[in-house]
Amino acid sequence: MNWYDFLLRNRNEVFERSLEHIGLVGASMAISLAIGLPLGIALVGRAKLQSWVIGAANVVQTIPSLALFGFLIPVPWIGGIGASTAIVALSLYALLPILRNTCTGIGEVDPAVVESARGMGMTPRQVLWQVQLPLAAPVLLAGIRVATAMSIGVTTIAAAIGAGGLGVFIFRGLAMVNNQIILAGAIPAAFLAIAADTGLGYFQRSSARR
Amino acid sequence: MTGLTDGFQDGYTIEFRAATYRLQSGLALISGLNLRIAGGETVILLGRSGSGKTTTLKLINRLLDPTEGDVLITGRSSRSWDVIQLRRGIGYVIQDAGLFPHWNVERNVGLVPRLERWPEDRIQARVREMLSLVGLPPEEFAQRRPSELSGGQRQRVGVARALAADPPILLMDEPFGAVDPITRADLQREFRALALRLRKTIVFVTHDVREALLLGTRIALLEQGRLIGVYAPAEFLKAKEPEIQAFAASLESGGAHEGVQ
Repeated sequence: MNWYDFLLRNRNEVFERSLEHIGLVGASMAISLAIGLPLGIALVGRAKLQSWVIGAANVVQTIPSLALFGFLIPVPWIGGIGASTAIVALSLYALLPILRNTCTGIGEVDPAVVESARGMGMTPRQVLWQVQLPLAAPVLLAGIRVATAMSIGVTTIAAAIGAGGLGVFIFRGLAMVNNQIILAGAIPAAFLAIAADTGLGYFQRSSARR
Repeated sequence: MTGLTDGFQDGYTIEFRAATYRLQSGLALISGLNLRIAGGETVILLGRSGSGKTTTLKLINRLLDPTEGDVLITGRSSRSWDVIQLRRGIGYVIQDAGLFPHWNVERNVGLVPRLERWPEDRIQARVREMLSLVGLPPEEFAQRRPSELSGGQRQRVGVARALAADPPILLMDEPFGAVDPITRADLQREFRALALRLRKTIVFVTHDVREALLLGTRIALLEQGRLIGVYAPAEFLKAKEPEIQAFAASLESGGAHEGVQ
């Protein structure tokens, strides 16, 4: 049996697992953005604090994903078996690229432009929303793009702690020593990653043109 | 529009009273500055790099606040002004214009009127008027991005943007420093005519003696954060101070200051 025969025969479950996968990635990206963007903005101009926070995010990034999922299981409130633990771990992973690109993107805006904005009487909020963020948008979106693609890959491992997603097929295939089942999880996951990357890449380019 | 216009007539528009700006390290970028600038004057802040010219300028629109002493704007301490309101009443032009690269010329020029919530038709009319004033036909330039302009055109847009809300004070920080010598001469000549016509209070930073002599009603010479003296252009080159002799020499050697920061 070919992997696509398997896909076709189990299309209902594949579809369901794909939705689960997208849900996990979407939820963790939303959390990561909700934390990373404001935090990154708050860190602009605070070089020392910025290097500490990004350093911490970097350390999180170096923890192997399977280990991070495992570490989180015994943690009260956020831990346990299932999707919520996976979402916490995935959010932590996505935080670094988002945080780093927010800081870099805003930091790289021409200081002369920001100074003339302030000098002309824009409030700090107006400078942020009308000048700094639009000019940082391509770099920001690049961070989101990297984080999303990575997140789609790491989410396959979340199946190990019962979070569901396309990783279920991969682990099932591993247990059954059946490559076709592994591919039935891996190929849709790769497809999702490519689709997300292409879509966000389009946004990134159109924001750079503006 | 803002409170700035009201106090315009009486006394000095800008007055530095023993104004000092010190970094946290204790280094004074400008120290004990006393300078009065009357309404309608064009005062040139002349000096070499690191003499404190730009610092002085930023003390006026509160991009910096004096660490000692005071700066009075129309008789009121700059610190007592609402900083946003104060800045919207002061035009600001910097080297290479500082235009917003993601906005077209129309939006750049209309910046302060829009911040001040002028009605849209009045903004449109004002933008066209300003672009014509600086010699850029609106129908040709209004929709362009700053990246689609030459250096000289960007600088003109910068001036138009600074004048858009009709501020009584105009601050210019080496506005013509980043363009080629021929364009610069054009801009200087046109700006001189414009300044005579508009009768704004202008504070203009440069390190170029020719520019200072051409544009200034008075020239304030700064050296290492101190004011050496204030001179009318006619008496500047005759003054005996060694600092002035150095500048006069640079004038004779011809363009030694061309485009150098």
